[in-house]
Amino acid sequence: MGRKGIETLVGLFVLLGLLAIVFLALKAANLATFRVGGTYAVTAKFDNIGGLKVRAPVKSAGVTIGRVAAIALDTSSYQGTVTMELEEGIAFPTDTSAKILTSGLLGDQYIGLEPGGAEQNLKPGDQIRMTQSAVVLENLISQFLYSKAAEPGGEQK
Amino acid sequence: MNAAELLRRLGVWALGLLRGLGHSAFFFVDLVRSLPWALRRLFLTIAQIHSIGNYSLVIIAASGLAVGFVLALQGYYTLSRYGAAESLGLLVALSLVRELGPVVTGLLFAGRAGTSLTAEIGLMKAGEQLAAMEMMAVDPKERVLAPRFLAGIIAMPLLAAMFSAVGILGGYVVGVLMIGIDPGAFWSQMQNGVDAWDDVGNGIVKSVVFGIACTFVALYQGYEAQATPEGVAQATTRTVVVSSLAVLGLDFVLTALMFSAPR
Amino acid sequence: MKNDNLVQIDRVTFGYDQRVILSDITMAFPRGKVIAIMGGSGCGKTTLLRLIGGTLTPQRGTVSFDGSPVNPRDRESLYALRRRVGMLFQFGALFTDMTVFDNVAFPLREHTTLPEPMIRDLVLMKLNAVGLRGAAQLKPADLSGGMARRVALARAIALDPELIMYDEPFAGLDPISLGVAANLIRRLNDATGATSLVVSHDVHECFLISDYVYVISSGRIVGHGTPAEVQASDDPEVRQFIDGEPDGPVKFHYPAAAYGADLGLRP
Repeated sequence: MGRKGIETLVGLFVLLGLLAIVFLALKAANLATFRVGGTYAVTAKFDNIGGLKVRAPVKSAGVTIGRVAAIALDTSSYQGTVTMELEEGIAFPTDTSAKILTSGLLGDQYIGLEPGGAEQNLKPGDQIRMTQSAVVLENLISQFLYSKAAEPGGEQK
Repeated sequence: MNAAELLRRLGVWALGLLRGLGHSAFFFVDLVRSLPWALRRLFLTIAQIHSIGNYSLVIIAASGLAVGFVLALQGYYTLSRYGAAESLGLLVALSLVRELGPVVTGLLFAGRAGTSLTAEIGLMKAGEQLAAMEMMAVDPKERVLAPRFLAGIIAMPLLAAMFSAVGILGGYVVGVLMIGIDPGAFWSQMQNGVDAWDDVGNGIVKSVVFGIACTFVALYQGYEAQATPEGVAQATTRTVVVSSLAVLGLDFVLTALMFSAPR
Repeated sequence: MKNDNLVQIDRVTFGYDQRVILSDITMAFPRGKVIAIMGGSGCGKTTLLRLIGGTLTPQRGTVSFDGSPVNPRDRESLYALRRRVGMLFQFGALFTDMTVFDNVAFPLREHTTLPEPMIRDLVLMKLNAVGLRGAAQLKPADLSGGMARRVALARAIALDPELIMYDEPFAGLDPISLGVAANLIRRLNDATGATSLVVSHDVHECFLISDYVYVISSGRIVGHGTPAEVQASDDPEVRQFIDGEPDGPVKFHYPAAAYGADLGLRP
């Protein structure tokens, strides 16, 4: 087989390989949802971020409009500071609330934003004031046990 | 044979192992240093990508498809017990992209391309072709080994990606077309759960590392083979064994580094 | 002042661990001559070629090429030397994945920047010199042993080397190929003015074409001179070699215990 023939076949091979990689990145993974447009960052502080991870989605009304960019501990208030990147072009009022929710019963955690009614919008670098921490299972269980124990006729201790 | 003799033999064997390790380390450094020549003689590298990559396409595609089929079948059986059958796409994709794609491709590569590289180099050595090249003032490491090394490093991640892609399609065929899972759930669960950088990207990094390891072992065994039929046969056997162990061992290390670090 | 000897071997000793292969050898190879190095198997003939080519380093003594010592550690000078030397390996050592044409073109393509049309002409000329111009598009697997060696010869002279080394060029050839090979070696040497070193144990052919002969045995030179002088030598080792005597200084029997004892016979 001549030189040209081999080069063509190798080109084909490399093309197939790159196509496979592109397929994996776009169709199988979440690269397609990676908005090419710009983003702006806002922060929020939570008492407990639960199982929230970096790159978890930020949703409003169930629609993903951003990603968690960073998670850090605020050493003065001992709260968890979450930095989110929101899609440019989607503005939220300054009294928007952020909750850490779980998708499904035992799924991954994400941040849900509920817009308030203020006239001003969040600017890049602003902090969301109203937050609700993640539900921690142990707290739920101890709450339940405690409330059960507080029922009349059910005292244990 | 008393204990002292046994100990002495053990010591000799261990020393030999160490010396071999050192020798192969020097060889690796030489190979890496000769890589620029592979870029200069681009056609040689291209011809090698052809013989390493193109000729592996059939076995990689067939294996990928088969593994995808089986993953879907087995996965469905387990997932449906927890009512999570809709996550089948996610299961198949993650298993392939993170682990099975790079590792199985690595093992197949070691068997198919690795042995042919070892045999080829070993026979060239036996036929004095490498010595002849040396005598003609052409460094065989640059002209013969470096293009093959570069070709292996380039071909492996491409083959691994093809394996995973075909496997996912195979999983789709079994999961959606045969078992009847909702195609929307299949793809959307997958897309939500597989991260392009962390999963696909790390999988590619793994396959590049495996490519370096397998190609290096194959070339080393061929270069150091005894110039007899038995010598070449032993060398090809050693290529498969050492490459496979290297792939599995490196996989453990890489997986621990990549996927267990808390985010 | 140009040295009359292209290659000089000065008191060279070489061996592996306990085994000494060459001990205190001194040889001189004058320019333009065909010199034969002969001896039994394992006497160190091929080792000499490797020392000259820089593949091996002598433990003692120096090997010089054109006045300068051969230093295997200096890659630059070693490769510069090798470009002036052509070597014919015992079974040709052709590159099996290339055609005959590409094999002969290899040194030209690697070491010169000549354009392809010129390389083509040169390759065809070299092939013509060995009588195989018509076989240019064959692969080494299609060639007979003799033809393969001729192609290897064409490849060895592709860069018109000053020194051509032949490692057992006559081994295993039929009478016609033998004649062709001997003829080629002599004619090429005279036509190009090169120096040829022929390592062989084929007494008849070597004596026919050589200007000077060295006979080596057990790592030492046991005889040297013109073919006529060596033919007339009365050294027992030389005599055994030239006459082909089965027993003499080189024993027929491999060292063993007494015959009777081995068979279990009582004395």
